[in-house]
Amino acid sequence: MIEIIKQPWPWYVSGPLIGLMVPLLLILGNRVFGMSSSLRHICAACFPANISFFKYDWRKEAWNLFFAGGIIIGSFIAWNWLADYHQININPKLMQQLNHYGISDYSNTVPVEVINWHSLFTLKGVILIVVGGFLMGFGTRYGDGCTSGHAISGLSNLQWPSIIATVSFMTGGFIVGNFVVPLILKL
Amino acid sequence: MEAADIIKEDVTNSTSPDMQKEVPENIFFPNIKFLVAGILFGILLIKAEVLSWFRIQEMFRLQSFHMFGIIMSAIITGMISIFIIKRTNAKDINKQPIVIKPKKFHKGYIFGGLIFGAGWAVTGACPGPLFAQIGTGAIVVIVTLISALAGTWTYGFMREKLPH
Repeated sequence: MIEIIKQPWPWYVSGPLIGLMVPLLLILGNRVFGMSSSLRHICAACFPANISFFKYDWRKEAWNLFFAGGIIIGSFIAWNWLADYHQININPKLMQQLNHYGISDYSNTVPVEVINWHSLFTLKGVILIVVGGFLMGFGTRYGDGCTSGHAISGLSNLQWPSIIATVSFMTGGFIVGNFVVPLILKL
Repeated sequence: MEAADIIKEDVTNSTSPDMQKEVPENIFFPNIKFLVAGILFGILLIKAEVLSWFRIQEMFRLQSFHMFGIIMSAIITGMISIFIIKRTNAKDINKQPIVIKPKKFHKGYIFGGLIFGAGWAVTGACPGPLFAQIGTGAIVVIVTLISALAGTWTYGFMREKLPH
């Protein structure tokens, strides 16, 4: 049993389990599965700066922050004790392509050769870490949701605006992933 | 336009002290169940490998079915669940009827979506996995999180000037 838990789970096991977060949160208290709102609540709690967008009672939405805290704890537990694979099985073609940019360490969730504290002093690192994070935070709020809120929750509830949002962020990711990320890694 | 904005700010200014006076109810105990749900989700993100920067690059380069399989099967499971909830008029554990607010479309869904997609490809994380990457010990990702907060804040700051 413990061996099965320690293996990476195939998509047809992990995907449906992730989908079950939708009814779980609805039943636990009428909450809609969506992660990017947590960023807004942190802004509202810590730096509202008299901006009307951040003037609301974030305590009523605090469940989202508890959920985010849970993610950090859960991933820490699973990474340290429930996973004996720290080498991910990705397409060899991608490994070959990344090798050109000096990326060959697959033992972490991010490529440590380019995403580390020292790389924050290089243009490449600043784009991958700082600029990328900014785009994520700005885009999710402007587009009113992310993968969990739009793709999973929104499409589960047959919301056509979520289809448009999902197509938009997949398009953005496809363009940037194929044509811009290689240029950044080349820096 | 500018003047109207300033007036609007003044109105909100005058109401804000009242809002702050409200005694906050205890937010810890009622939310512990969501902390537990988050722990489960964090474990799932690891077991599904969706928090991996490499998996995200693979997805956008169409080199693997893994991520697409996960997102699609999650949507189908969610869809069936919501269908059952609506059919049976299921209530939540507080005996309240389950209601999901519909999404209201605006142009930001397209522009914001494109921008978020770019950020997703560059950082190899969306907001959920962002927290999970930190949990796996990739501490530098805290900088990505702070930048994401700055991005969200900047959106709030310039929201009125953006097309919606």
